[in-house]
Amino acid sequence: MNTELLGVLAIFLLSVLLAIPLGRYVARVYLGTPTLLDPVMGPLEKLLFQISRIDAHRDMDWKEQLKAMLSINLIWFLITMAVLMNMSWLPLKPDGNPSMSADLAFNTAISFVVNCNLQHYSGESGLSYLGQLMLMFLQFVSAAIGMAAAVIVFNSLRDQQSTGLGNFWNYFTKSITRILLPVSVLGAIIFTFQGMPVTLEGKDTMVSLQGDTVQVSRGPVAPFVAIKHLGTNGGGFFGANSAHPLENINYLTNELQLLLQFLIPLAMVFAMGYFVKKRKFALMIFGVMTLGFLILVIPNIYTEMQGNPAISQMGIDQSLGAMEGKEVRNGAASSGYWSILTTVISTGSVNAMHDSTMPLSGMNELLAMMVNGFFGGCGVGILNIYIYIIIAVFISGLMVGRTPEFMGKKVEAREVKIAMLTALLSPLLIMGGTALAAWMVVNNPDLPWLNNPSFHGFSEMLYEMTSANANNGSGFEGLGDNNPFWNISTGIVLLFGRFIPIIGPVAIAGLLAGKKFIPESAGTLKTDTLTFGAMIFSVIVILTALSYFPALTLGPLAEYFTM
Amino acid sequence: MNDKRNKGLFQAALVRAALWQSVVKLNPVQLFRNPVMFTVEIGTFIMLVVTILSMRDDANPGLMGTPGYNFTIFLLLLLTVLFANFAEAFAEARGKAQADSLRKTRKDTPAKLLSGNTITQVSSSSLRKGDRFVCEAGDTIPMDGEILEGLASVDESAITGESAPVIREAGGDKSSVTGGTKVLSDRIVVEVTAQPGESFLDKMIALVEGASRQKTPNEIALTILLAGFTIVFVIVCVALKPFADYAQTPISIAAYVSLFVCLIPTTIGGLLSAIGIAGMDRALRANVVTKSGKAVETAGDLDTLLLDKTGTITIGNRKATNFYAAEDISRDELIKFSVLASLADETPEGKSIVELASPELVKGLSIQGATLIKFTAETRTSGVNMPNGTRIRKGAQDTIRKLVEQAGNHFSEKTAAEIKHISANGGTPLAVAVDEKVVGVIELQDIIKPGIQERFQRLRQMGVKTVMVTGDNPLTAKYIAEKAGVDDFIAEAKPEDKMNYIRNEQAQGKLVAMMGDGTNDAPALAQADVGVAMNSGTQAAKEAGNMVDLDNDPTKLIEVVEIGKQLLMTRGTLTTFSIANDVAKYFAIVPALFISSIPALQALNIMQLASPESAILSAVIFNAVVIPALIPLALKGVAYKPIGASALLRRNLLVYGLGGIVVPFIGIKLIDMIVSMFL
Repeated sequence: MNTELLGVLAIFLLSVLLAIPLGRYVARVYLGTPTLLDPVMGPLEKLLFQISRIDAHRDMDWKEQLKAMLSINLIWFLITMAVLMNMSWLPLKPDGNPSMSADLAFNTAISFVVNCNLQHYSGESGLSYLGQLMLMFLQFVSAAIGMAAAVIVFNSLRDQQSTGLGNFWNYFTKSITRILLPVSVLGAIIFTFQGMPVTLEGKDTMVSLQGDTVQVSRGPVAPFVAIKHLGTNGGGFFGANSAHPLENINYLTNELQLLLQFLIPLAMVFAMGYFVKKRKFALMIFGVMTLGFLILVIPNIYTEMQGNPAISQMGIDQSLGAMEGKEVRNGAASSGYWSILTTVISTGSVNAMHDSTMPLSGMNELLAMMVNGFFGGCGVGILNIYIYIIIAVFISGLMVGRTPEFMGKKVEAREVKIAMLTALLSPLLIMGGTALAAWMVVNNPDLPWLNNPSFHGFSEMLYEMTSANANNGSGFEGLGDNNPFWNISTGIVLLFGRFIPIIGPVAIAGLLAGKKFIPESAGTLKTDTLTFGAMIFSVIVILTALSYFPALTLGPLAEYFTM
Repeated sequence: MNDKRNKGLFQAALVRAALWQSVVKLNPVQLFRNPVMFTVEIGTFIMLVVTILSMRDDANPGLMGTPGYNFTIFLLLLLTVLFANFAEAFAEARGKAQADSLRKTRKDTPAKLLSGNTITQVSSSSLRKGDRFVCEAGDTIPMDGEILEGLASVDESAITGESAPVIREAGGDKSSVTGGTKVLSDRIVVEVTAQPGESFLDKMIALVEGASRQKTPNEIALTILLAGFTIVFVIVCVALKPFADYAQTPISIAAYVSLFVCLIPTTIGGLLSAIGIAGMDRALRANVVTKSGKAVETAGDLDTLLLDKTGTITIGNRKATNFYAAEDISRDELIKFSVLASLADETPEGKSIVELASPELVKGLSIQGATLIKFTAETRTSGVNMPNGTRIRKGAQDTIRKLVEQAGNHFSEKTAAEIKHISANGGTPLAVAVDEKVVGVIELQDIIKPGIQERFQRLRQMGVKTVMVTGDNPLTAKYIAEKAGVDDFIAEAKPEDKMNYIRNEQAQGKLVAMMGDGTNDAPALAQADVGVAMNSGTQAAKEAGNMVDLDNDPTKLIEVVEIGKQLLMTRGTLTTFSIANDVAKYFAIVPALFISSIPALQALNIMQLASPESAILSAVIFNAVVIPALIPLALKGVAYKPIGASALLRRNLLVYGLGGIVVPFIGIKLIDMIVSMFL
């Protein structure tokens, strides 16, 4: 078999194999059972809780959880915004980069708070090191918030009736101290050894092969890249993200970055199985997610390796695949794999230009973000799939002649209402946002947004909104997006796209947890079976297809058929 | 009653009534209750306006389209709403007809009003709650009521279809009489229990007619889901306008409205209330009057059924099943003595002894000239003294033992052993003595109703636990429970035991149903999630339950469970079907919208529909006709098979999910082939 493909297969299998023990470890961390890091992190956590006067053992109900979560987000948003707008006089600015404009700072602060990391700037020129470090810190915070929210929902899946869903502060803190920090330190060390810069000094100069003297930006890149992937954040240190030679040194760093970003989304699924002692259910969810992932990733790898027929016709060799916008050291297969991995989970880091991928690859990247639950972001992927599960439970419960129940709890009008509102949000933001942008373009033909007219330009706008809603952060690029319209509109989309899909599932979980537990009988529809997995998958496919078919037709499909 | 049930689904009179009602129901105030169809009505109205505007000379042809086409779309949308209204109206008409046929029996009949001691002849319609009336042999009972004095045999065939008369008497658990039934013998004094128009049937009819029909919790949840889908498509269709502008494709309002109406779940939206009414109607066809739609729905979820042993699990009374002779006597002789002792015994047990004995043995036997010894509470035995002086007695084993031992005789060891054996097998031993000497023992057994094990098996597959309630001792109860295949039993049951059992189960989150007729059942009937009172039961029981079974058939609970499940399943499968249909409709309409400006999208026209106009028309026509096509399914309900939840889901996903995707592809293509001939 082609070594390129072998590499992709190996990294996929390795990710799954490592995620299983990590999942068990994650479950132990949240359950509070002893783990290896207790002697190191235990006292630190205790100290943190003492300072902030938090009782980390108190069971919180879902409203308290949400209050805690939202307040912490608000505080970090304000602090970040303040830093970004005042970088020019704050310390750690060896390159003397300027402060951000208000709308850009708004977009960037929100973007990093919500684990999206949509970047309408380039790190080299747009941020001081203080800004970079601030954003690196937020990558820990936002990932931990997603994970904590998922654990709150896990708590509702246990066979009991209780309003308490664990303690947000406990989950949040431990996500950082026990999981994100140790693993990213490990990753950062490997990256450093591969040659990624770790310094607070300013630009360096080098003489290129042509003899030109070039200024090269650097900074604390390795640790930034580690958490950028581990936390499925995706915000690049440099503008070119992981296509930049200093942010992705070689094939090994490329593979390691693929591994890191996949680890926690995978591990959270297994952790759910261990945490609520429903391993078969977790396995079924894993199956549904993997199926979705494979259906998206295989065509992408294939199409990218096939090359671009339009370029072939010009007599240019396409045997290496469609290499426009790709790095030779990463190759077509690995770049195709990355393009789906980064969109399926909400990383949004790129090692190739998605704008240059083939039309159908672009469609798969869009679909991956529209579903946003085939693994999905750090913790929040499970929350997204939870909504699909509630809808699937409701419809299939009816189909077997029983008022629907999930894990022994009756799913009634209130839960359906919240699930539907949450599910409605994505089409509203994506279709609404894109419609608004299309309207602007139609009525102001002079706007300097689109570098490509026609279908591809439409895809660029659709991609930007989809990426914002999915909190993905990758860009199709080719879109002039650093202006008030895109900064503010995507900022708002980011906010809703982040918090409603957290609030919804947590609220449903809270409502369900408080209901009477009904023991399983022969008439109960089992939710850990292949059949129910097929049901969830169908719900995802149908909901996504029905919401976005017209938009996809006018974007990637039209481009594909006219090619 | 049975013949009425079997008539075809669409009776002309009902169809006519429903057709008129479907026009009446266009009233937006009424239609507002159904958000999906209400939006279609708005779409219809928009198309009416567009049709008129498009006739103006200065109309923008790209946006407004041609008047003829617009008018066609308008008609099709109107038809869609009418079809949905018809489904609801027809379900109502059927339920009403069913209820009316029950109510017809109680049209004005003369009543003998009793005031003080005088009897006055009045019309039944003037009777009020609390009035007393007298019924004698030959009278039709004018109103529902409770017997205060007397006992009568009553012909209830008008209600139950059962021709054998039943006994109704004051005081007991069979004290209720129903209006329209006929007294065959004796005289009773009855107190009216309901105001005219407020009887159970009246309430049921009101439910069916929609006047007092409230959406059930599940219906509300489903409506929310459907509203959610509707909003998704509002978003899609609104966003499509700037999308189309960007792609420089003019799309007419007719096309937008068509796309929208096709996408929103009109199929399930149009049939939803019909399905609910049909559920109540199916219950009524099973002769169960429900007091709310919710009760039917809950029935589908039941986890536990409490069933009385007698009448439900066993045939009313015990029967003799065997004779065991003592040491020094032949079995035939024992049988002869047993028969002699029972010939004059009119109790079911006594009769069953004679039936069990072989006819040859019984033939020559006679008790002419013998003295009959009747059963009394003191002696606790019965029998005969033969003319030759032979004294034959049968009775409970301890009484016979006392009798024998008092006479100084030894109680047979063998018989004592048989007695133990019979008890252990759930039977009741009946000892026989001749001249104070034990000659053997008769085994009486409860006879388990044929077929009941299979029904319990079926219930178990549905996930419903059955519990037998009996006054028997635990040993006998256990035996019968095992033999009948019930999951649990309550032995030596007192009324409060039922109540406690129900509470216990409910505390574990289970839904419990029970059936009862007595006043002392009333609290438990009220406590149960589904309480089915027998129509013959006391007024208190009927008030307490949320269903009344007109047939007084205790096995009816099983049917009620299936009706409930069918109701939910029909909703679920049609929802799935409706949503799955959208895939094909997208493939019909979306290419049609853009094909003029993006010819390459012809590749998406996988059905090869003739033209954009015919594609849109075909989709709209399909969307409309699928509603009446599914009315029979909505009314009859999706068949329930107890094959386990997962298997059932697989089956329904395959039939209604996959079928829902495939059928419209075929349907739209066929319609397109016809439509394109006219365009």
